[in-house]
Amino acid sequence: MKFKTFAAFIGPSVFMMLLFIAFPLVSVFQQSFYITQPIYELVDVETCTPGFLTQTCVTETQSMPTLDEHGEIITQTEFVGLQSYRNVLELGRAWEALSAGSWTAFQSIDFWKALRFTLSFTLITLPLVICAGLGIAVMINNATKAVRGPVIFISLLPFIITPVIGALSINWLFRGDGILTAALEWYLQRDIAMFAQAWTIEILMMFYRVWHVAPFAAIVFYAGLQTVNQDSLESAIIDGASRWQRLKYIIIPHLMPLIVFISMIHLMDSYRVFEEIVGFSSQGHVISLQWLTYDFLVPDQAGNRSISRASASAMLTMIGIALLLVPLLRRTWRDHHGGH
Amino acid sequence: MSARALQQPLPLRVTSNAFLALWCLIAAFPIFWIMVQSFKTPVDAYDSNALNVILGPETLARGHGMSVLQILLGLGAVWLTIRLASRTLPAFVRGSLEGGLQWFGWIIGSTVLGIGSVLALFGLVPWISEILNPFLGPLGTDVLGLTTEHYKTVWIERGFFRNFQNSLLITAGVVTISLSVGTLAGYGLARSGSKLAFWILIVALIFRALPHSVLVAGYLPVFINSSEWLAPILGENAPTLYGKPFAVIAVLVAINQPFTIWMLRSFFQNIPAELDEAARVDGCSHFQAFRRVIMPVMWPGVITTGLFSFLLAYNDFLVTSLLLDAQNQTMVPAIAGMFNRETTTTDQVVAVAAAVSITAPLFFLVMVFQRQIVSGLTAGAVKG
Repeated sequence: MKFKTFAAFIGPSVFMMLLFIAFPLVSVFQQSFYITQPIYELVDVETCTPGFLTQTCVTETQSMPTLDEHGEIITQTEFVGLQSYRNVLELGRAWEALSAGSWTAFQSIDFWKALRFTLSFTLITLPLVICAGLGIAVMINNATKAVRGPVIFISLLPFIITPVIGALSINWLFRGDGILTAALEWYLQRDIAMFAQAWTIEILMMFYRVWHVAPFAAIVFYAGLQTVNQDSLESAIIDGASRWQRLKYIIIPHLMPLIVFISMIHLMDSYRVFEEIVGFSSQGHVISLQWLTYDFLVPDQAGNRSISRASASAMLTMIGIALLLVPLLRRTWRDHHGGH
Repeated sequence: MSARALQQPLPLRVTSNAFLALWCLIAAFPIFWIMVQSFKTPVDAYDSNALNVILGPETLARGHGMSVLQILLGLGAVWLTIRLASRTLPAFVRGSLEGGLQWFGWIIGSTVLGIGSVLALFGLVPWISEILNPFLGPLGTDVLGLTTEHYKTVWIERGFFRNFQNSLLITAGVVTISLSVGTLAGYGLARSGSKLAFWILIVALIFRALPHSVLVAGYLPVFINSSEWLAPILGENAPTLYGKPFAVIAVLVAINQPFTIWMLRSFFQNIPAELDEAARVDGCSHFQAFRRVIMPVMWPGVITTGLFSFLLAYNDFLVTSLLLDAQNQTMVPAIAGMFNRETTTTDQVVAVAAAVSITAPLFFLVMVFQRQIVSGLTAGAVKG
């Protein structure tokens, strides 16, 4: 294919990716070093209250945003270097808390709290998703042909459901005296409040994520199971391998590329954990890195969005993404240069 | 080799099937439960006894109920919908329509079926049973408490219909544009073995991993101030991009692009290159070969990719909630606003009904397109 035709084919797509992905990325990087604020000026304000004989007047100096001739607030953008990063990281406070050995104080800083949750969420759900997916795939494969279709249909439901709604539907089962909280209370004979402390919410969030992603893993593994070499399975049986040994030495090595694939996708996706926070309304107890950026972007009561702090926290989130991507890129690189 | 040696002992099979049943229960229960709750009065919906939630005595006492006949008719309608959606419609579309027309077949077929089943369930079944109930004695008396009042509240009083229209507009825009841009790029990338194509794919992979909030942090200031910096180009009427559906469509298309081109590329690679070579020998240009020879055999891949674009746009919360104003809000962010202010239990059940309304089209989608979704999930993966 000539370069010109190639360019014509990929042109629109590359243009959109440059305009809406690459360009915002550069501008976020730049924004994180600048801060835009209204210009304040000191104004002498005289307030008078009616009094006996004469009015009582008090003159005080207030700082007010400067207005231009249209009555709009004048803003100015200035270079602040790493100030926004410092505001997000709060290194001083973090160091103080750590040197005092107080984990609670350390975890009261939003960024470190979000980082702690995001990492533990990612690392704990990963093995669970792989195991659940593998288990479901093997079970579907064991089942008779007639039930496979309906089972796959039901399995697809948690995967396809809108993440916020999926999280909400599990939230509602436990919220207040939801049906499962009631069942647990009846079973344990004690009062339970699932949303009063962080760790129960985290368990529910992880459960939701596994519930949501395991079907995807299961279907990919199930497709992989169809291509297992039957001859090697037969020779293993002749050699007297037990079921468990066959699974361990033939099936799992055969599925290994798929396991790596699912792990990569899952690491990328669960590092971006966000919808769970919204669905479980857990921002009071648990937050994630992406939620932190989102929160800076949502206008506060005065209608201001802290864009520069959001940019700084976004850039810090990117560091994690870069670390996650290195093994994935190395693998793609190897495949491309080894395979072709 | 005999199949007997591979046959599993009975206890193993029983355990395996039992666990599979357990998984199906776990997978379906939360969705089933919100569906049941959405049809009950608040007292029943939040009863701690599961049986009361399902049977709904309080709802029944208020005069909203279904008779045995109505239940049977309703189940019949549901069964018929499932049957039509999972068997008849796919078979019909695949059997009698060719290539490009399949598109319209799928869209029109599923829309008609969707509207038809809603009408049958909420219109036809109550109407028939109202006529027949008095003649049937015990079969005609109400036994199961069910009410549709929360759906009426959501869709009519709370203006959810507007959000639905916005969702429809945005998903339709995203699917159409991202497929037309993506098929071109996917084809180009699949047929070119150049270094550049490889690098574009790598960069797309990096872009796929970016958290969406990072990108939105880049759009927000630009979009909010767009009337200022667009003024020199567009003059007085320069639009503020913030809050405009078309801006969100463009953003979602771009976010979706890396995934779309990877998936379409793997589908295009399955089509033998001899096919376009033959067309080229017959005197087609690259573009003609693409349009007349490759596209007609590509429709399954395009439909599958379209489904995933649809899901991305339909399910999105982050981008739409930050870049759209309240007036143009889509369904998912709207429901988040709804449950945040839920104060009474009635409000809660209304929010549940809204959640079920969002889920219903997805449920329907899985029924019709199960095969395509499975093939899409495995397309990228099995080839590594």
